[in-house]
Amino acid sequence: MKRSLLHEFTKGFIEENATFRMVIGMCPTLAVTTSVKNGFWMGVAVIFVLTFSNVFVSLLRKMIPDQIRIPIFVILIATPVVIVELLMRAYLPAMYEILGVFVPLIVVNCIIIARAEAFAYKESVLRSFLDGLGIGAGFTCNLMIIGGIREFLGTGQIALGSFVFPSVKLFEPLVVMLTPPGGFMTLGLLMAILNIAVARSAQKKAH
Amino acid sequence: MKFISIMLGGILIQNFVFMQYLGLCPFLGLSEQMDTALGMSGAVIFVMTFASTVAAAFEQFILVPLHLEYMRTIAYILVIAGFVQLVEIFLKKTVPSLYKALGIYLPLITTNCAVLGVALLNARQSYGVLWGTVNGLAGALGWSVAIIIFAGIRERWKFMNIPGTLKGFPLALVATSLMALSFQGFSRLFASVLK
Repeated sequence: MKRSLLHEFTKGFIEENATFRMVIGMCPTLAVTTSVKNGFWMGVAVIFVLTFSNVFVSLLRKMIPDQIRIPIFVILIATPVVIVELLMRAYLPAMYEILGVFVPLIVVNCIIIARAEAFAYKESVLRSFLDGLGIGAGFTCNLMIIGGIREFLGTGQIALGSFVFPSVKLFEPLVVMLTPPGGFMTLGLLMAILNIAVARSAQKKAH
Repeated sequence: MKFISIMLGGILIQNFVFMQYLGLCPFLGLSEQMDTALGMSGAVIFVMTFASTVAAAFEQFILVPLHLEYMRTIAYILVIAGFVQLVEIFLKKTVPSLYKALGIYLPLITTNCAVLGVALLNARQSYGVLWGTVNGLAGALGWSVAIIIFAGIRERWKFMNIPGTLKGFPLALVATSLMALSFQGFSRLFASVLK
């Protein structure tokens, strides 16, 4: 029984959510989520790389010898990473400076190699394409949620372009949320809250 | 002076795990037991130091003269993957005892973003071969200090009564947060002397 094509896309948001269910790709999840905007652009870069690498791994899956598949995956992943890096440096130089070393580090992001190995190497091109888009979009949502929480608590406001919410600061900002300890704490507590939610819904089903 | 400042910076002030968010996957994944943490630390110190040397030499003697800096990411990942493979073969033939201790951790290192991260950071700060190597060593030592302390903490809470919702990653992340907070205390260490 094959799963529906739509499901290949939507599973990335909840069922196979990279950050909360599979707990992979932790470095960028914490490093770039000091604001919604940074999270969004990092997510866009990951979506591009993941979709590109999934499609090419899937296209070449019958030609890649089993023994040397990992080095070949790495090259297939490194190519779109360089494309993203050069595009970002040309069109979003300010964002490229903020994301810094984490743009080239997408190459060793476990999400991408995990999808190549576990999914694209076995499945058709269309399914791999949808899987890449879905997992990437789910990851982007995670980054934006974590970025939103940290930006709101850390600066007192959320800035999306010229739109700032709320326009007056309601409380004294907790600057620690923008630093590494705040990042670790946010992600840890978010996971704990999700665990409670999952346990609650499982309990309901059991009754 | 530069040596001391890079070493102190890598180990305490700019610790890879707590300040730069590098190498988090193995930090969280392999810290449940002290043995694995020690084994991985050994492998990371070894590979990260020499991978920084190799990558810095590659940058200086091949990429820069040929004006291929934009290919840095691809070049580095290939050089590091090749280097890890080489180390594995070399250790297997010459120092089998060391290979036995580090063997299973070596393939994992290619996906440790700290190794590629330190090479890229070195290139960005144009450290050159010598200082690049020192920075690689310092970063690796810092990473090891972090994972060894953390493994010690995790071994203790194995026998504790932890609420179900916090078990595993949530508690690990909260504990990391508190450790990072204490490492922030180092941020102004010798600030007036080192610079």
